[in-house]
Amino acid sequence: MNYDQYLNSRIAAVPPSGIRRFFDLAASRKDAISLGVGEPDFKTPYLFRDAAINSLLDGETQYTGNRGLIELRQEISLYLSGRYNISYRPETEILVTIGASEAIDVALRALITEGDEVLVPDPSYVSYAPGVIFAGGVPVPVETRQEDDFRLKAEALEKKITPKSKLLILPYPNNPTGAIMEKEDLEAIAQVIREHDLLVISDEIYSELVYDNHVHVAFASVPDMLERTITINGFSKSFAMTGWRVGYACGPEEIITVMNKIHQYAIMCAPRQGQVAATAALRIGRENNYESIVTMRESYDRRRRLMVTAFRDMGLECFEPYGAFYAFPSIQRTGMTSEEFCAELLKEKNVAAVPGNAFGASGEGHIRCCYATAVDKINIALERIADFVASRS
Amino acid sequence: MTKLEASLLDILKEDCRIPLEKMAVMTGASLEEVASAIEDLENRKIILRYSPMINWDRTDRERVEAMIEVRVTPQRDMGFDAIARRIYRFDEVKSVYLMSGSYDLLVLVEARTLKELAAFVASKLSPLETVTGTATSFVLKRYKEEGVIFETDDADHRLVISP
Repeated sequence: MNYDQYLNSRIAAVPPSGIRRFFDLAASRKDAISLGVGEPDFKTPYLFRDAAINSLLDGETQYTGNRGLIELRQEISLYLSGRYNISYRPETEILVTIGASEAIDVALRALITEGDEVLVPDPSYVSYAPGVIFAGGVPVPVETRQEDDFRLKAEALEKKITPKSKLLILPYPNNPTGAIMEKEDLEAIAQVIREHDLLVISDEIYSELVYDNHVHVAFASVPDMLERTITINGFSKSFAMTGWRVGYACGPEEIITVMNKIHQYAIMCAPRQGQVAATAALRIGRENNYESIVTMRESYDRRRRLMVTAFRDMGLECFEPYGAFYAFPSIQRTGMTSEEFCAELLKEKNVAAVPGNAFGASGEGHIRCCYATAVDKINIALERIADFVASRS
Repeated sequence: MTKLEASLLDILKEDCRIPLEKMAVMTGASLEEVASAIEDLENRKIILRYSPMINWDRTDRERVEAMIEVRVTPQRDMGFDAIARRIYRFDEVKSVYLMSGSYDLLVLVEARTLKELAAFVASKLSPLETVTGTATSFVLKRYKEEGVIFETDDADHRLVISP
Protein backbone atom coordinates (compact mmCIF):
# COMPACT_ATOMS: atom_id res chain seq x y z
CA MET A 1 0.00 0.00 0.00
CA ASN A 2 1.25 3.45 -0.80
CA TYR A 3 0.85 5.63 2.26
CA ASP A 4 2.19 8.81 0.70
CA GLN A 5 -1.30 10.10 -0.05
CA TYR A 6 -2.24 9.60 3.59
CA LEU A 7 0.78 11.07 5.27
CA ASN A 8 0.87 14.74 6.19
CA SER A 9 2.82 16.27 3.32
CA ARG A 10 4.23 19.12 5.40
CA ILE A 11 5.78 16.67 7.84
CA ALA A 12 6.89 14.23 5.17
CA ALA A 13 8.76 17.09 3.48
CA VAL A 14 11.00 17.67 6.50
CA PRO A 15 14.21 15.71 5.87
CA PRO A 16 15.22 13.15 8.51
CA SER A 17 17.66 14.41 11.13
CA GLY A 18 21.29 14.41 10.00
CA ILE A 19 22.11 13.01 13.41
CA ARG A 20 19.85 10.02 12.93
CA ARG A 21 21.75 8.90 9.86
CA PHE A 22 25.05 9.20 11.66
CA PHE A 23 23.65 7.44 14.69
CA ASP A 24 22.97 4.30 12.65
CA LEU A 25 26.51 4.38 11.34
CA ALA A 26 28.04 4.87 14.80
CA ALA A 27 25.78 2.36 16.54
CA SER A 28 27.05 -0.35 14.19
CA ARG A 29 30.59 0.13 15.53
CA LYS A 30 30.88 -1.91 18.66
CA ASP A 31 33.67 -0.37 20.70
CA ALA A 32 33.81 3.11 19.26
CA ILE A 33 34.67 5.90 21.70
CA SER A 34 31.83 8.35 21.39
CA LEU A 35 32.21 12.09 21.63
CA GLY A 36 28.79 12.23 20.02
CA VAL A 37 26.60 12.07 23.09
CA GLY A 38 24.46 14.99 24.13
CA GLU A 39 23.96 14.22 27.79
CA PRO A 40 25.89 14.20 31.08
CA ASP A 41 28.03 11.20 32.01
CA PHE A 42 26.96 11.61 35.63
CA LYS A 43 24.09 9.61 36.98
CA THR A 44 21.27 11.50 38.67
CA PRO A 45 22.50 12.21 42.24
CA TYR A 46 21.21 9.46 44.48
CA LEU A 47 19.25 11.74 46.81
CA PHE A 48 17.04 12.82 43.90
CA ARG A 49 16.54 9.24 42.78
CA ASP A 50 15.71 8.30 46.36
CA ALA A 51 12.89 10.85 46.43
CA ALA A 52 11.34 9.18 43.37
CA ILE A 53 11.83 5.71 44.83
CA ASN A 54 10.06 6.76 48.03
CA SER A 55 7.24 8.27 46.04
CA LEU A 56 6.76 4.93 44.28
CA LEU A 57 6.89 3.05 47.58
CA ASP A 58 4.21 5.40 48.89
CA GLY A 59 2.01 4.51 45.94
CA GLU A 60 2.10 7.95 44.30
CA THR A 61 1.24 6.65 40.87
CA GLN A 62 -1.50 9.05 39.78
CA TYR A 63 -1.68 11.94 37.35
CA THR A 64 -0.55 15.29 38.64
CA GLY A 65 -2.29 18.54 37.74
CA ASN A 66 -1.75 19.57 34.10
CA ARG A 67 0.69 22.30 34.98
CA GLY A 68 2.70 20.02 37.25
CA LEU A 69 2.99 19.55 41.01
CA ILE A 70 2.54 22.88 42.75
CA GLU A 71 5.54 22.10 45.04
CA LEU A 72 7.68 21.75 41.94
CA ARG A 73 6.40 24.99 40.42
CA GLN A 74 7.08 26.76 43.69
CA GLU A 75 10.63 25.42 43.71
CA ILE A 76 11.11 26.46 40.07
CA SER A 77 9.91 29.94 40.92
CA LEU A 78 12.34 30.19 43.86
CA TYR A 79 15.16 28.78 41.77
CA LEU A 80 14.71 31.22 38.87
CA SER A 81 14.36 34.25 41.11
CA GLY A 82 17.30 33.21 43.29
CA ARG A 83 19.65 32.17 40.49
CA TYR A 84 18.72 34.42 37.60
CA ASN A 85 16.70 37.21 39.08
CA ILE A 86 13.54 36.52 37.09
CA SER A 87 10.22 36.22 38.81
CA TYR A 88 7.35 33.93 37.78
CA ARG A 89 4.15 33.10 39.69
CA PRO A 90 3.94 29.34 40.35
CA GLU A 91 0.15 29.23 39.90
CA THR A 92 -0.15 30.94 36.52
CA GLU A 93 3.20 31.53 34.82
CA ILE A 94 4.94 28.15 35.01
CA LEU A 95 4.17 24.97 33.06
CA VAL A 96 5.99 21.70 33.78
CA THR A 97 6.57 19.72 30.58
CA ILE A 98 8.06 16.47 29.32
CA GLY A 99 11.57 17.78 29.02
CA ALA A 100 12.44 21.18 27.59
CA SER A 101 11.66 19.58 24.20
CA GLU A 102 7.94 19.53 24.85
CA ALA A 103 8.11 23.07 26.21
CA ILE A 104 9.64 24.24 22.91
CA ASP A 105 7.10 22.35 20.82
CA VAL A 106 4.13 23.64 22.80
CA ALA A 107 5.45 27.20 22.78
CA LEU A 108 5.84 27.10 18.99
CA ARG A 109 2.37 25.68 18.50
CA ALA A 110 0.86 28.23 20.87
CA LEU A 111 2.41 31.19 19.08
CA ILE A 112 2.78 30.37 15.40
CA THR A 113 0.04 31.13 12.92
CA GLU A 114 0.41 29.71 9.40
CA GLY A 115 3.21 31.50 7.56
CA ASP A 116 4.80 33.25 10.55
CA GLU A 117 8.56 33.49 10.36
CA VAL A 118 10.67 32.28 13.25
CA LEU A 119 14.30 33.38 13.51
CA VAL A 120 16.64 30.57 14.51
CA PRO A 121 20.38 31.08 15.10
CA ASP A 122 22.40 28.68 12.97
CA PRO A 123 23.95 26.29 13.97
CA SER A 124 21.55 25.23 16.71
CA TYR A 125 19.93 22.25 18.31
CA VAL A 126 18.26 20.08 15.68
CA SER A 127 14.62 20.34 16.81
CA TYR A 128 13.92 24.03 16.39
CA ALA A 129 13.49 24.29 12.62
CA PRO A 130 11.37 21.11 12.28
CA GLY A 131 9.29 22.22 15.28
CA VAL A 132 8.60 25.54 13.55
CA ILE A 133 7.59 23.76 10.34
CA PHE A 134 5.33 21.29 12.18
CA ALA A 135 3.57 24.27 13.73
CA GLY A 136 3.01 25.85 10.28
CA GLY A 137 5.73 28.47 10.55
CA VAL A 138 8.76 29.20 8.43
CA PRO A 139 12.17 28.84 10.09
CA VAL A 140 14.61 31.58 9.10
CA PRO A 141 18.21 30.71 9.92
CA VAL A 142 20.39 33.53 11.27
CA GLU A 143 24.04 32.77 10.69
CA THR A 144 26.43 32.84 13.64
CA ARG A 145 30.16 32.77 13.01
CA GLN A 146 33.29 31.45 14.62
CA GLU A 147 34.92 34.91 14.49
CA ASP A 148 32.09 36.18 16.73
CA ASP A 149 32.53 33.18 19.05
CA PHE A 150 29.24 31.94 17.59
CA ARG A 151 27.28 34.63 19.42
CA LEU A 152 24.11 35.93 17.84
CA LYS A 153 24.82 39.43 16.55
CA ALA A 154 22.13 42.09 16.45
CA GLU A 155 23.10 43.13 12.89
CA ALA A 156 22.82 39.58 11.57
CA LEU A 157 19.43 39.22 13.25
CA GLU A 158 18.18 42.55 11.97
CA LYS A 159 19.01 41.59 8.37
CA LYS A 160 16.69 38.58 8.52
CA ILE A 161 13.67 40.38 9.94
CA THR A 162 10.67 40.81 7.63
CA PRO A 163 7.08 41.92 8.29
CA LYS A 164 6.26 38.24 8.81
CA SER A 165 8.79 37.77 11.62
CA LYS A 166 7.13 36.94 14.92
CA LEU A 167 9.55 35.05 17.09
CA LEU A 168 13.21 34.53 17.87
CA ILE A 169 14.51 31.30 19.35
CA LEU A 170 17.47 32.15 21.55
CA PRO A 171 19.38 28.99 22.50
CA TYR A 172 22.29 29.96 24.78
CA PRO A 173 24.47 28.42 26.14
CA ASN A 174 24.40 26.80 22.73
CA ASN A 175 24.34 23.23 21.52
CA PRO A 176 26.38 22.45 19.37
CA THR A 177 28.85 25.35 19.59
CA GLY A 178 29.20 25.83 23.36
CA ALA A 179 28.80 29.59 22.79
CA ILE A 180 27.33 31.84 25.47
CA MET A 181 25.81 35.31 25.33
CA GLU A 182 27.08 37.98 27.72
CA LYS A 183 24.80 40.64 29.18
CA GLU A 184 25.84 43.21 26.52
CA ASP A 185 25.16 40.71 23.73
CA LEU A 186 21.67 40.13 25.10
CA GLU A 187 21.01 43.83 25.50
CA ALA A 188 21.83 44.38 21.84
CA ILE A 189 19.41 41.62 20.88
CA ALA A 190 16.75 43.05 23.22
CA GLN A 191 17.01 46.36 21.37
CA VAL A 192 16.12 44.61 18.10
CA ILE A 193 13.30 42.67 19.75
CA ARG A 194 11.81 45.90 21.13
CA GLU A 195 12.08 47.78 17.83
CA HIS A 196 10.49 45.03 15.77
CA ASP A 197 7.94 44.01 18.38
CA LEU A 198 8.99 40.35 18.49
CA LEU A 199 8.67 37.58 21.06
CA VAL A 200 11.51 35.33 22.22
CA ILE A 201 11.68 31.67 23.18
CA SER A 202 14.84 31.52 25.29
CA ASP A 203 16.01 27.92 25.63
CA GLU A 204 18.32 28.03 28.65
CA ILE A 205 18.63 24.30 29.29
CA TYR A 206 22.43 24.62 29.70
CA SER A 207 22.21 27.65 32.02
CA GLU A 208 24.13 25.98 34.84
CA LEU A 209 26.98 24.83 32.62
CA VAL A 210 28.92 28.04 32.15
CA TYR A 211 32.65 28.13 32.89
CA ASP A 212 35.67 30.18 33.75
CA ASN A 213 33.99 32.92 35.79
CA HIS A 214 31.38 33.65 33.13
CA VAL A 215 27.83 33.84 34.42
CA HIS A 216 24.62 32.93 32.71
CA VAL A 217 22.26 35.85 32.18
CA ALA A 218 18.60 34.97 31.64
CA PHE A 219 17.20 36.83 28.66
CA ALA A 220 14.04 37.63 30.62
CA SER A 221 16.16 39.53 33.15
CA VAL A 222 17.12 42.13 30.53
CA PRO A 223 14.93 45.26 30.96
CA ASP A 224 11.47 44.96 29.28
CA MET A 225 12.15 41.40 28.13
CA LEU A 226 10.20 39.53 30.83
CA GLU A 227 6.92 40.30 29.04
CA ARG A 228 8.32 39.24 25.66
CA THR A 229 10.06 36.03 26.68
CA ILE A 230 9.15 32.42 27.24
CA THR A 231 11.96 31.05 29.37
CA ILE A 232 12.58 27.36 28.85
CA ASN A 233 14.70 25.24 31.11
CA GLY A 234 14.75 21.77 32.66
CA PHE A 235 16.61 19.23 34.71
CA SER A 236 18.37 17.12 32.08
CA LYS A 237 21.68 18.92 31.87
CA SER A 238 21.98 20.78 35.20
CA PHE A 239 20.95 17.86 37.36
CA ALA A 240 21.93 14.94 35.09
CA MET A 241 18.29 13.89 34.68
CA THR A 242 17.92 13.34 30.91
CA GLY A 243 15.92 10.11 31.07
CA TRP A 244 13.38 11.50 33.55
CA ARG A 245 12.04 13.91 30.95
CA VAL A 246 11.19 16.94 33.05
CA GLY A 247 11.43 20.50 31.81
CA TYR A 248 9.41 23.68 32.10
CA ALA A 249 8.30 26.84 30.38
CA CYS A 250 7.73 30.17 32.14
CA GLY A 251 6.21 33.26 30.67
CA PRO A 252 3.32 35.70 30.61
CA GLU A 253 0.12 34.16 31.98
CA GLU A 254 -1.77 34.65 28.68
CA ILE A 255 0.80 32.60 26.75
CA ILE A 256 1.29 29.90 29.39
CA THR A 257 -2.50 29.44 29.51
CA VAL A 258 -2.61 28.67 25.79
CA MET A 259 0.45 26.43 26.03
CA ASN A 260 -1.28 24.57 28.84
CA LYS A 261 -4.32 24.10 26.62
CA ILE A 262 -2.20 22.14 24.12
CA HIS A 263 -0.29 20.36 26.86
CA GLN A 264 -3.42 19.24 28.71
CA TYR A 265 -5.06 17.76 25.62
CA ALA A 266 -1.91 16.19 24.16
CA ILE A 267 0.06 15.14 27.21
CA MET A 268 -2.02 15.48 30.39
CA CYS A 269 1.00 15.92 32.64
CA ALA A 270 4.72 15.17 32.94
CA PRO A 271 5.45 11.84 34.67
CA ARG A 272 4.91 12.13 38.42
CA GLN A 273 8.14 10.47 39.62
CA GLY A 274 10.21 12.72 37.39
CA GLN A 275 8.48 15.71 38.95
CA VAL A 276 9.13 14.36 42.44
CA ALA A 277 12.83 13.85 41.69
CA ALA A 278 13.00 17.33 40.15
CA THR A 279 11.36 18.87 43.23
CA ALA A 280 13.96 17.14 45.40
CA ALA A 281 16.77 18.34 43.12
CA LEU A 282 15.74 21.99 43.51
CA ARG A 283 14.92 21.78 47.23
CA ILE A 284 18.17 20.01 48.11
CA GLY A 285 20.08 22.35 45.81
CA ARG A 286 18.58 25.38 47.51
CA GLU A 287 19.63 23.98 50.90
CA ASN A 288 23.21 23.01 50.01
CA ASN A 289 24.05 25.76 47.54
CA TYR A 290 23.64 23.49 44.50
CA GLU A 291 26.52 21.28 45.55
CA SER A 292 25.82 18.63 42.89
CA ILE A 293 25.88 21.24 40.13
CA VAL A 294 29.14 22.71 41.40
CA THR A 295 30.82 19.29 41.43
CA MET A 296 29.68 18.46 37.91
CA ARG A 297 30.54 21.88 36.54
CA GLU A 298 34.09 21.73 37.92
CA SER A 299 34.56 18.30 36.45
CA TYR A 300 33.25 19.40 33.02
CA ASP A 301 35.45 22.47 33.09
CA ARG A 302 38.62 20.40 33.54
CA ARG A 303 37.67 18.18 30.63
CA ARG A 304 36.70 21.21 28.55
CA ARG A 305 40.19 22.66 28.93
CA LEU A 306 41.73 19.31 28.09
CA MET A 307 39.73 18.98 24.89
CA VAL A 308 40.07 22.55 23.61
CA THR A 309 43.83 22.54 24.24
CA ALA A 310 44.24 19.22 22.44
CA PHE A 311 42.36 20.47 19.36
CA ARG A 312 44.51 23.60 19.23
CA ASP A 313 47.66 21.52 19.71
CA MET A 314 46.76 19.41 16.68
CA GLY A 315 46.44 22.59 14.64
CA LEU A 316 42.65 22.83 14.49
CA GLU A 317 41.06 26.18 15.12
CA CYS A 318 38.84 25.88 18.17
CA PHE A 319 37.18 28.90 19.71
CA GLU A 320 36.83 28.88 23.49
CA PRO A 321 33.41 27.44 24.33
CA TYR A 322 32.31 28.82 27.70
CA GLY A 323 29.02 26.94 27.94
CA ALA A 324 27.26 23.57 27.65
CA PHE A 325 29.60 20.57 27.27
CA TYR A 326 30.68 20.73 23.66
CA ALA A 327 33.74 21.84 21.75
CA PHE A 328 33.16 22.84 18.12
CA PRO A 329 36.54 22.80 16.36
CA SER A 330 36.94 23.74 12.73
CA ILE A 331 38.16 20.90 10.52
CA GLN A 332 38.37 23.06 7.38
CA ARG A 333 42.14 22.77 7.04
CA THR A 334 41.77 19.03 6.36
CA GLY A 335 39.85 19.91 3.20
CA MET A 336 37.10 17.50 4.14
CA THR A 337 33.44 18.25 4.70
CA SER A 338 32.10 17.71 8.22
CA GLU A 339 30.34 14.54 7.17
CA GLU A 340 33.37 13.11 5.38
CA PHE A 341 35.54 13.89 8.37
CA CYS A 342 33.21 12.22 10.85
CA ALA A 343 32.50 9.18 8.68
CA GLU A 344 36.18 8.55 7.98
CA LEU A 345 37.21 9.24 11.56
CA LEU A 346 34.73 6.64 12.70
CA LYS A 347 35.83 4.16 10.07
CA GLU A 348 39.56 4.56 10.58
CA LYS A 349 39.90 5.49 14.24
CA ASN A 350 36.70 4.26 15.82
CA VAL A 351 35.89 7.65 17.30
CA ALA A 352 32.42 9.12 16.87
CA ALA A 353 31.81 12.87 16.65
CA VAL A 354 28.84 14.68 15.14
CA PRO A 355 29.18 16.58 11.83
CA GLY A 356 28.55 20.29 12.43
CA ASN A 357 26.20 20.60 9.46
CA ALA A 358 23.68 18.37 11.27
CA PHE A 359 22.92 21.55 13.25
CA GLY A 360 22.47 23.83 10.27
CA ALA A 361 24.37 25.06 7.24
CA SER A 362 26.62 27.36 9.31
CA GLY A 363 27.91 24.33 11.19
CA GLU A 364 29.61 23.03 8.04
CA GLY A 365 33.37 22.82 8.47
CA HIS A 366 33.06 21.97 12.16
CA ILE A 367 32.50 18.88 14.27
CA ARG A 368 30.73 18.70 17.63
CA CYS A 369 32.64 16.86 20.33
CA CYS A 370 31.12 16.33 23.74
CA TYR A 371 33.48 16.36 26.72
CA ALA A 372 31.00 14.75 29.12
CA THR A 373 33.00 11.54 28.90
CA ALA A 374 35.62 9.94 31.16
CA VAL A 375 39.03 11.65 31.03
CA ASP A 376 40.89 8.52 29.92
CA LYS A 377 38.47 8.05 27.02
CA ILE A 378 38.72 11.70 26.03
CA ASN A 379 42.50 11.40 25.97
CA ILE A 380 42.47 8.29 23.79
CA ALA A 381 39.90 9.81 21.44
CA LEU A 382 41.90 13.03 21.11
CA GLU A 383 45.11 11.13 20.36
CA ARG A 384 43.31 9.24 17.63
CA ILE A 385 41.83 12.41 16.19
CA ALA A 386 45.31 13.99 16.22
CA ASP A 387 46.68 11.00 14.25
CA PHE A 388 43.79 11.25 11.85
CA VAL A 389 44.23 14.99 11.31
CA ALA A 390 47.99 14.55 10.81
CA SER A 391 47.38 11.88 8.17
CA ARG A 392 45.08 14.27 6.27
CA SER A 393 47.13 17.44 6.38
CA MET B 1 43.49 24.80 50.76
CA THR B 2 43.70 26.78 47.51
CA LYS B 3 41.36 26.29 44.55
CA LEU B 4 44.21 24.70 42.59
CA GLU B 5 44.95 22.25 45.41
CA ALA B 6 41.27 21.31 45.64
CA SER B 7 41.11 20.69 41.88
CA LEU B 8 44.30 18.62 41.92
CA LEU B 9 42.99 16.44 44.73
CA ASP B 10 39.74 15.96 42.79
CA ILE B 11 41.70 14.85 39.73
CA LEU B 12 44.15 12.62 41.63
CA LYS B 13 41.55 10.83 43.70
CA GLU B 14 39.98 9.60 40.46
CA ASP B 15 43.19 8.76 38.66
CA CYS B 16 46.68 9.43 39.98
CA ARG B 17 48.38 8.45 36.75
CA ILE B 18 47.35 11.57 34.84
CA PRO B 19 50.51 13.33 33.61
CA LEU B 20 51.40 16.70 35.14
CA GLU B 21 51.03 18.35 31.72
CA LYS B 22 47.40 17.24 31.47
CA MET B 23 46.69 18.35 35.02
CA ALA B 24 48.10 21.75 34.15
CA VAL B 25 45.77 22.00 31.14
CA MET B 26 42.77 20.80 33.15
CA THR B 27 43.28 23.32 35.93
CA GLY B 28 44.48 26.20 33.77
CA ALA B 29 47.66 26.47 35.88
CA SER B 30 51.25 26.29 34.66
CA LEU B 31 53.27 23.10 34.82
CA GLU B 32 55.50 24.58 37.52
CA GLU B 33 52.53 25.66 39.62
CA VAL B 34 51.02 22.19 39.44
CA ALA B 35 54.30 20.44 40.27
CA SER B 36 54.98 22.67 43.25
CA ALA B 37 51.37 22.41 44.52
CA ILE B 38 51.58 18.62 44.45
CA GLU B 39 54.93 18.60 46.16
CA ASP B 40 53.48 20.86 48.81
CA LEU B 41 50.48 18.56 49.31
CA GLU B 42 52.89 15.67 49.75
CA ASN B 43 55.07 17.60 52.21
CA ARG B 44 52.06 18.59 54.26
CA LYS B 45 51.09 14.90 54.40
CA ILE B 46 47.80 15.62 52.66
CA ILE B 47 48.74 13.24 49.86
CA LEU B 48 50.18 10.20 51.61
CA ARG B 49 50.65 7.84 48.72
CA TYR B 50 49.46 6.95 45.22
CA SER B 51 48.01 3.49 45.20
CA PRO B 52 45.47 1.59 43.13
CA MET B 53 42.10 0.45 44.42
CA ILE B 54 42.21 -3.34 44.15
CA ASN B 55 39.31 -5.71 44.23
CA TRP B 56 41.09 -8.72 45.75
CA ASP B 57 37.94 -10.81 45.50
CA ARG B 58 38.57 -11.01 41.77
CA THR B 59 42.09 -12.35 42.27
CA ASP B 60 43.13 -15.81 43.40
CA ARG B 61 44.85 -14.51 46.48
CA GLU B 62 43.59 -16.03 49.73
CA ARG B 63 42.63 -13.30 52.09
CA VAL B 64 40.41 -12.76 55.13
CA GLU B 65 39.49 -9.51 56.71
CA ALA B 66 37.92 -8.80 60.06
CA MET B 67 36.80 -5.81 62.04
CA ILE B 68 37.65 -6.13 65.70
CA GLU B 69 36.00 -4.03 68.35
CA VAL B 70 38.50 -3.59 71.14
CA ARG B 71 37.82 -2.37 74.68
CA VAL B 72 40.88 -1.07 76.50
CA THR B 73 41.82 0.65 79.74
CA PRO B 74 43.18 4.08 78.89
CA GLN B 75 46.59 4.86 80.38
CA ARG B 76 47.48 7.80 82.54
CA ASP B 77 48.78 10.78 80.49
CA MET B 78 48.68 8.79 77.25
CA GLY B 79 44.92 8.18 76.94
CA PHE B 80 44.31 5.74 74.10
CA ASP B 81 47.29 6.75 71.99
CA ALA B 82 49.86 4.41 73.52
CA ILE B 83 47.72 1.32 73.14
CA ALA B 84 46.63 2.36 69.62
CA ARG B 85 50.32 2.58 68.68
CA ARG B 86 50.99 -0.84 70.11
CA ILE B 87 48.19 -2.21 67.96
CA TYR B 88 48.84 -0.43 64.65
CA ARG B 89 52.44 -1.62 64.47
CA PHE B 90 51.35 -5.17 63.73
CA ASP B 91 51.57 -5.87 60.00
CA GLU B 92 48.19 -7.60 60.05
CA VAL B 93 46.52 -4.37 61.11
CA LYS B 94 45.31 -2.24 58.18
CA SER B 95 43.46 0.49 60.06
CA VAL B 96 42.89 1.60 63.62
CA TYR B 97 40.26 4.11 64.72
CA LEU B 98 39.38 5.53 68.13
CA MET B 99 35.60 5.31 68.39
CA SER B 100 32.82 6.78 70.44
CA GLY B 101 30.24 4.31 71.77
CA SER B 102 30.33 0.93 73.45
CA TYR B 103 33.94 0.07 72.59
CA ASP B 104 37.14 2.08 72.22
CA LEU B 105 39.17 1.04 69.18
CA LEU B 106 38.06 -0.36 65.87
CA VAL B 107 40.82 -2.45 64.32
CA LEU B 108 40.72 -3.65 60.72
CA VAL B 109 42.82 -6.75 60.30
CA GLU B 110 43.85 -8.68 57.22
CA ALA B 111 45.39 -12.13 57.09
CA ARG B 112 45.79 -14.92 54.59
CA THR B 113 43.66 -17.48 56.37
CA LEU B 114 41.08 -17.69 59.10
CA LYS B 115 43.58 -19.58 61.19
CA GLU B 116 46.19 -16.83 60.94
CA LEU B 117 43.64 -14.23 61.83
CA ALA B 118 42.42 -16.19 64.84
CA ALA B 119 46.01 -16.58 65.94
CA PHE B 120 46.56 -12.87 65.70
CA VAL B 121 43.59 -12.11 67.95
CA ALA B 122 44.39 -14.85 70.44
CA SER B 123 48.14 -14.50 70.71
CA LYS B 124 48.90 -10.87 69.84
CA LEU B 125 45.92 -8.61 70.40
CA SER B 126 44.10 -10.07 73.40
CA PRO B 127 47.18 -10.56 75.59
CA LEU B 128 48.06 -6.84 75.50
CA GLU B 129 47.81 -5.81 79.15
CA THR B 130 45.42 -2.91 78.64
CA VAL B 131 43.02 -4.80 76.35
CA THR B 132 39.97 -5.82 78.38
CA GLY B 133 37.88 -7.42 75.65
CA THR B 134 37.50 -7.98 71.88
CA ALA B 135 34.66 -8.83 69.49
CA THR B 136 35.69 -10.02 66.04
CA SER B 137 33.45 -9.79 62.95
CA PHE B 138 34.59 -11.26 59.65
CA VAL B 139 34.02 -9.48 56.37
CA LEU B 140 31.96 -11.70 54.10
CA LYS B 141 31.66 -9.50 51.05
CA ARG B 142 32.78 -6.03 50.09
CA TYR B 143 30.18 -3.89 48.34
CA LYS B 144 31.68 -0.42 48.42
CA GLU B 145 34.96 1.00 49.65
CA GLU B 146 36.31 4.55 49.53
CA GLY B 147 33.38 5.56 47.36
CA VAL B 148 34.00 2.83 44.81
CA ILE B 149 31.16 0.37 44.30
CA PHE B 150 32.62 -3.10 43.71
CA GLU B 151 29.79 -4.92 42.05
CA THR B 152 28.24 -2.50 39.57
CA ASP B 153 28.43 -2.96 35.91
CA ASP B 154 29.76 0.43 34.91
CA ALA B 155 28.35 0.28 31.41
CA ASP B 156 27.57 3.58 29.73
CA HIS B 157 23.85 3.46 29.07
CA ARG B 158 23.85 6.57 26.92
CA LEU B 159 23.02 6.56 23.22
CA VAL B 160 26.20 6.63 21.13
CA ILE B 161 25.01 9.74 19.34
CA SER B 162 22.28 12.03 20.56
CA PRO B 163 21.25 15.53 19.54
